[in-house]
Amino acid sequence: MAPSRDRRPGFSRRAQYGLFVTYVLGIAGAVVGAALLALSTVNPAGFAALRSGVAELTAPASGGIAVVVRGIASVPQAIGGWIDVHGENARLKARMDRAAGALMTGRAAVIENARLRRLLAFRERDEGVVATARIVSTSASSTRRYGLLNAGRWQGVEEGQPVRGPEGLIGRVLEAGPNTARVLLVTDPESVVPVRRLRDGRAALVAGRGDGLVDVRTIDTADGQFRPGDVYVTTGVGGIYTPGVAVAIGTARGTDSAAAQPFARPDSLDVAMVSRQYFAPPPPAPAPSPAPSPSPSPSAAP
Amino acid sequence: MTLPPRAPFAEPMAAGRARLLPWTTVMAGSLVTILPLGATLPLLPPFGLLVLLAWRLLAPLALRLWAPALLGFFDDLVSGQPVGSATLLWPLAYFLADALEARSGVRDFWTIWLIASFAIALVLLAGRVIATPWTAPVLLALCVQIVLSVLAFPLVARSVAFVDLKRAG
Repeated sequence: MAPSRDRRPGFSRRAQYGLFVTYVLGIAGAVVGAALLALSTVNPAGFAALRSGVAELTAPASGGIAVVVRGIASVPQAIGGWIDVHGENARLKARMDRAAGALMTGRAAVIENARLRRLLAFRERDEGVVATARIVSTSASSTRRYGLLNAGRWQGVEEGQPVRGPEGLIGRVLEAGPNTARVLLVTDPESVVPVRRLRDGRAALVAGRGDGLVDVRTIDTADGQFRPGDVYVTTGVGGIYTPGVAVAIGTARGTDSAAAQPFARPDSLDVAMVSRQYFAPPPPAPAPSPAPSPSPSPSAAP
Repeated sequence: MTLPPRAPFAEPMAAGRARLLPWTTVMAGSLVTILPLGATLPLLPPFGLLVLLAWRLLAPLALRLWAPALLGFFDDLVSGQPVGSATLLWPLAYFLADALEARSGVRDFWTIWLIASFAIALVLLAGRVIATPWTAPVLLALCVQIVLSVLAFPLVARSVAFVDLKRAG
């Protein structure tokens, strides 16, 4: 059946004007949307309060659903854990024996390191973990990559703090609400993390791509000689991320940039630790003192 | 679809509830993003938009013309897109579906599906342009998301038709 071409609701003037008003309101809604969009482009954090207000309500629901899903998923895991227990036990014991030597060396290196740091009077930063919480949901339908953390200002989470998981760096806190916080994942297209390559210590930047991978980019040279298998860890440059946290492992060759895969995969995000910023943000600059006026040159004296 | 059996003297749904029901279904569609999914790629269809278009194409008078902007604003708050993107794009998609349907000349489900697919693809592409820098290589994931959304539309439309029969039947 073809829709009627006559869109008038009838002969009633009142009904016709009513329909006209809904059209005007509909267009006005789109115009307001454009204005909001312009506002949030200028100031992305402008609607943080509204968003975190909604997140306060949705996060408990997400957490509850996740508990149920985990409970169901853990049943086959628990059963599967009993299969091959003896073989696994033997393998782990053998591995422990093999690793004993490396462990000794590592402990000796830790002691040596601490001694050398004391000698240099190296100022240790407080790397205290502020909160440990779960990432309860991610922005699964948007091209931006955010996660919603189940801890907020009441737990001590502040904007700009780094978030890491057991595998590696997850991202940093973008907006903190009372009980929830939005985390910018390292795979987001607007996330940039200063890193160092473990192989030779060369500095680089890890920038998110939005498709689950990250790009490693050179800073100082045109040829970074990126190779698959290169491991990148944070440097602490910029003051946000604690140094030495694993970020990504290279998957492709490249000269000035190469793809890499982050260690913390969003689909296995479980527990996230929020730590303090490596360097706290600097205090606000003092009011500028009046600039010293140039003194008259003494050569003018007779 | 046959009318659901209703007891002979049962009252139809109260007018207030019947008017509210489309709004709640669209908001429920937006809230699919709060499911605990750890998404590496943005593949989840925008269910709020799908439900909105299904209401527009199956029951054109169920939602007022000013509803898409408000529903889009709610979607912005839970989807991770910058606030204002769905507030702008959903009314445009709604008007687009309106205009295309008026000019299609026929009215069957294939036409409805085609119109909805076109509107969904445009909204997702525009959302990507708004939210993400040009250099980000998300086009492939976006195409997969569009295909998934188009394939999900008949299911959503079926559910909306079921709710609509409960509402108006």
